[in-house]
Amino acid sequence: MGTTALAHLSNTLYAFAIVAYAVAMISLGAEYAYGRRGRVARTSAVAAPEAKVLVGAGGPDVTATSDSVTPPTDDDAPRDLNLAERFGRVGVALLILGALVHAAAVSIRGASVDRVPWGNMYEFTSVACLVAVVAFLVVLIRQPKLRFLGGFVLLPVVVLMFLGGTVLYAQAEQLVPALHSYWLAIHVSAAAVGTGIFLVSSVGTILYLVRVHADKVAVAEGTEPSRVRSLGSRLPSAASLDRMAYRTVAFGFPLYTFGIICGAIWAEAAWGKYWSWDPKETWALITWVIYAAYLHARATAGWKGNKAAVINLIGFTAMIFNFFVINIVVSGLHSYAGLN
Amino acid sequence: MTTVDDDRQDPQRVDTSVGTVAVDSVDSLSTKPAPPVMPPGRRFAWAIRGWRWLTSMRTALVLLFLLALGVIPGSLLPQRSLNPQKVDTYLAAHPTLGPLMDKLSLFNVFGAPWFAAIYILLFVSLIGCLVPRIRVHARALRAQPPKAPRHFHRLPESTSYENTEAGPRELADRAAATLRRGRWRVVTRDEADGVVTVSAEKGYLRETGNLLFHIALTVLLLAVAAGRLWGYTGSIIVMDGNGFCNTVQQYDSFNPGELVSGQSIAPFCMTLNKFSATYDKDGTASSFKGDITYTEGVSGPQKHDVLQVNHPLRIEGLRLYLLGHGFAPTFTVKDPSGQVFKNVSAPFLPQDSAYSSQGAIKLPDAKPKQIAIDGLFLPTAAETQKGVLTSIWPQATAPKVAIFAYEGNLGLDSGAPQSVYSIDRDQLANGALKQVGRKNLGPNQSYKLADGTTITFTGYKEWASLQVSRDPAQTIVLIAAGCIVLGLVLSMRLRRRRLWLRATPGDPGQGEHRTVIELGGLARTDAGVFSDEFRQITTRLRDKPAEPDGED
Repeated sequence: MGTTALAHLSNTLYAFAIVAYAVAMISLGAEYAYGRRGRVARTSAVAAPEAKVLVGAGGPDVTATSDSVTPPTDDDAPRDLNLAERFGRVGVALLILGALVHAAAVSIRGASVDRVPWGNMYEFTSVACLVAVVAFLVVLIRQPKLRFLGGFVLLPVVVLMFLGGTVLYAQAEQLVPALHSYWLAIHVSAAAVGTGIFLVSSVGTILYLVRVHADKVAVAEGTEPSRVRSLGSRLPSAASLDRMAYRTVAFGFPLYTFGIICGAIWAEAAWGKYWSWDPKETWALITWVIYAAYLHARATAGWKGNKAAVINLIGFTAMIFNFFVINIVVSGLHSYAGLN
Repeated sequence: MTTVDDDRQDPQRVDTSVGTVAVDSVDSLSTKPAPPVMPPGRRFAWAIRGWRWLTSMRTALVLLFLLALGVIPGSLLPQRSLNPQKVDTYLAAHPTLGPLMDKLSLFNVFGAPWFAAIYILLFVSLIGCLVPRIRVHARALRAQPPKAPRHFHRLPESTSYENTEAGPRELADRAAATLRRGRWRVVTRDEADGVVTVSAEKGYLRETGNLLFHIALTVLLLAVAAGRLWGYTGSIIVMDGNGFCNTVQQYDSFNPGELVSGQSIAPFCMTLNKFSATYDKDGTASSFKGDITYTEGVSGPQKHDVLQVNHPLRIEGLRLYLLGHGFAPTFTVKDPSGQVFKNVSAPFLPQDSAYSSQGAIKLPDAKPKQIAIDGLFLPTAAETQKGVLTSIWPQATAPKVAIFAYEGNLGLDSGAPQSVYSIDRDQLANGALKQVGRKNLGPNQSYKLADGTTITFTGYKEWASLQVSRDPAQTIVLIAAGCIVLGLVLSMRLRRRRLWLRATPGDPGQGEHRTVIELGGLARTDAGVFSDEFRQITTRLRDKPAEPDGED
């Protein structure tokens, strides 16, 4: 198959992946809106200390105390598959299908140009979104009960991929000599993986803040809220959302650090200096410092909780700013966006 | 924490509710140093308060934010260190606000006093926080796991079971052996009434990693500063066939660190034999190569190398980079006195991606008047609809020049430095230099001026812009960066956790071997993951307690 044909095939698969993600997003959203998951989440949060008491009392079976294990079944949740449950399963199936097609699109794009498929903004967006989806799937394997959060992760993924395929799109082309280096494979992939993981973390953080707010409202009103109003309180417990946000950052932060350092090593070979205060470098440092602040804040009394969550979101904003504004508007040594 | 809906997930909350014995041991799982005791004298109280404020986590957080905020103008406003022309343009465009911003060092953020203040405070805060932590951790590394708390059921993880096969001592020893095999640090203690406890702890590397990260960060910052002070960069344009030696005078621009002296510049000479560039069909460059010969030291042997983008030449203490390239048209000029200047040339600077290049050639020795040529070199020339020459391809496939000729006084004797890429416009304005003609020339075409001067475009040479860099601390920076990543991975992936076992002999009336085993556990972070681990350990100790000691 010719280079152009491969590039076309990659584009088709990319479009297909967006559609699969979009439908998965709607499915998982439907499960969230109409399902009984919220009740399960609520009961599991209450049930957990009970389980612990059982263990403490010397019961021979060591009962699940972590919410990563299947929660106890709610008494009024039907055993057979209800509609919401089906939506959820279809959503996950489509999510996995989308991820496979997306991975194929990325690999074929790489094959069509015979280099790593992250040489411009379109390709970088595609890879970072794939990482976000895979990161969410990994979260899902560990905490299956977070399934219906897929809709919230897929929303930014679908939007970013749509922007990538339209505004940021660049033809499959060879790269300038400055990018002919194996560091392209290492540095940019570390940055893309970091970006994707931080994306998942920021979604968890937003949901955490929503849940905290919903808890406050619930305490203030003391009544069962309506279905729409109850969307917030049907999220997983604030603690587990906070934990998800923290764990993803704890995983992504060393990778992002590694990415910056690889960039410095590459810059030393390509530009003559390992650090030149290039705008993109500077914003990567800003992002790094903010996520470092998040990790510290989460361990500091008076900062953990809401304040730390806000810091997490500021960090993600800085990263998005770096990607869109610095790449497109500000010129610097990193001007390889592929947009002219 | 405001929002935890299950207490188990917050170890700190548990800390306070555990009995007195536990409080000591549980608290010390953190390596946060105890608050220093106020000395009796009140005179230095403010200093101690200030020091405590500076080294507190809150202050570090605020300083981190200030650092992030501080570098923002450095990335969005033009910076003198990166592009002084842009700063001048900006100042010209903003006559009122510009000078104020300049006073605030907003065009030199990374060298600004306020920026230095932020990072020095952060640096001091870091060290002030680090030193006591290292002391505490060193002590923790030598210490034995703490005594078992009285009540396990108040720990985040706890369970109990009975064993009818062995006594407390034997069961405790077996458990200790199993845990040791799992690389736990274990100590067995006897309590009253034949009760035996096992205390175990694991994950010390987490804090080691944490400290490694912060120490490496400190070293990295120091090494960066050292590199700036003792390092230098120099850049120079070298034409095909020419060369240069590593002396300050030869560079077009030279940026030494504050502590660089003339002697510290290593002797080194090089010649650019041939520069070549290749391009794809769509005009994007696919490779730049500079074929060079160089000698190290005062009289080293001649060596050969090919410089490429991403592939600098690395010799003892120096790096030589190929950063850019361009064209230098050559002209043969015959002045009215009959004097011939054969193949005179000067580098022209590329203006666009198709390498339309601008520059000037000056002939101060021409007679009776000095002669200058300036204009454009177009490697692949094409005429636009308006009849203007432009270049459409970055390689020299159909070179042409569009030149202006000048005669008069070039103003080189005035002593003021002149750009080699342009003629002095002031001389033109004051009438000392006059434009005497303009012409587009192809290869070997000549242009005859009114006074008999002939200018022949004889061809072109290529030039490469090279940079020599020296940074004596660079290797340290690299090693520190590696330690930063290693430290981060250790401190992010590992968990510090403690496990206690208490074996109590049962009521003698109910048979000799009836031992009650209680287990309790605590993890500082990632309590959810620890729950699983605790369960596995419990199962292991309960179901396979009979593994004999001494295997390892």
